[in-house]
Amino acid sequence: MSPLVKNIARFIFFLLVQVFVLHQVPPLHRFVTPYLYYLFILWLPFSMGRGSLMLVAFLFGLSLDYFLYTPGLHAAACVLIAYVRPFLINLLIRQEGSEMTYASPSPTSMGWAPYLTYALVMTLLHHTYLVFLEYLQVRSILYFIGKVLATTGVSMLLIIITELLFYRKERYRTNTA
Amino acid sequence: MRNIFLFIRRFSNFFFFLVLQIVALSFLFRFNKYHEAIFMGVAGEVTGRVSEKYNTVEYYFKLKRTNEALVQENVHLRSLLRQNYQGPDTTRKLIIDSIKVDSLLKVQRFRYYDAKVVNTFVTGLDNYFTIHRGSNQGIPKHTEWGVIGPQGIVGRIVSVGDNFSVVMTALHHQFKVYCMIRKGQDVQTGIVSWDGVDPRFLTLINIPKSLPVAAGDTVLTSNVSDIYPPGIVVGTVSSIVDDKSSNFYTIKIKTATNFSSIQYVYLIEDLQKEEQQKLEDPFKKSQ
Repeated sequence: MSPLVKNIARFIFFLLVQVFVLHQVPPLHRFVTPYLYYLFILWLPFSMGRGSLMLVAFLFGLSLDYFLYTPGLHAAACVLIAYVRPFLINLLIRQEGSEMTYASPSPTSMGWAPYLTYALVMTLLHHTYLVFLEYLQVRSILYFIGKVLATTGVSMLLIIITELLFYRKERYRTNTA
Repeated sequence: MRNIFLFIRRFSNFFFFLVLQIVALSFLFRFNKYHEAIFMGVAGEVTGRVSEKYNTVEYYFKLKRTNEALVQENVHLRSLLRQNYQGPDTTRKLIIDSIKVDSLLKVQRFRYYDAKVVNTFVTGLDNYFTIHRGSNQGIPKHTEWGVIGPQGIVGRIVSVGDNFSVVMTALHHQFKVYCMIRKGQDVQTGIVSWDGVDPRFLTLINIPKSLPVAAGDTVLTSNVSDIYPPGIVVGTVSSIVDDKSSNFYTIKIKTATNFSSIQYVYLIEDLQKEEQQKLEDPFKKSQ
């Protein structure tokens, strides 16, 4: 499968899982909303430019928003993490030229510790911004902190489970390929 | 001038980021205020179709609970039939009310439509339903009809597409409805809203302490509620917060409707709303 087809399939898959599985889970607590959909943005290839990364993230977030009737909420958070992503990858990449030899961020291409740091920072950023926009309506500092931390915990758990279940075979790119 | 262009080019990614953020936030705040968003009509049709497909599966698993709710409603309606009330002695006489239930529909105020719920979320702070009835099936655009379920109130319509409509549920920070608690002859009106904590409970305020409210009392929609007929169940009193500094109770209500399992709703058209609004408008402006 070419990377383009793969990513289009992921786009649809993550959207449907978020809307029809994770958002159908009966509310456990008001602090807990299981989010996994933005893993799509974490998995996008290294080779994408920052502009196209943000544009894809915007369209992805907006598609989710139209399902959940929150136009712009998730789109704003997705654009933020897409903007920060290249900075973070440059900081955390394991060895020189890893983004040249591997196609996209994963535990194999970056190593488990840098990859989880990358996922944690992105998750925190995404949830902080998302809950902040909600906080403008609720205005309770306890709600804000509690929701960011609880949702981040649940999301990290989901990301680790997904990485362990769906092992992505990262092809080692060589000049001959 | 050249420097400005160079500056823009150097920070083009940052500017693109800002532009996308502004677009996204303007979408968000516009929708929060007026409940309309750009492309919402087209997107609503697409997401509605997808949700409908998903609902055909989900509906199967909720058949049992849906059926129970509908049977309970039928029992309630049957108990209201006139032939159930028979006086065995002649001293008690059943008087047939002289209100005209006419076939010309001149005095009919509320008209009901049924609709299938295709999409529900009760996970967020603001919760919406999608229903499978739109302007092609008789809902005019820009209406605010009330929506009730077999067990009680559900919400109000906020956006109408061609084949699908969006319902703002009672579990929404902007939703408010006038309600009443009746104790014999004493009727007190209060306002019900949602505090965003638990989807099973609503909050009722403005009930004066002169009314002896007890847990288990039924809360009904009031005569002054703008979109519902009076006497529709909202919920039952669950707990009462007795605030010593206030003359009013703050009451927690258990909702009658189970928002996560509801499959069918009724839409209520108020046939005389326009007339009422026309009469009220000049006085509202002068205030």
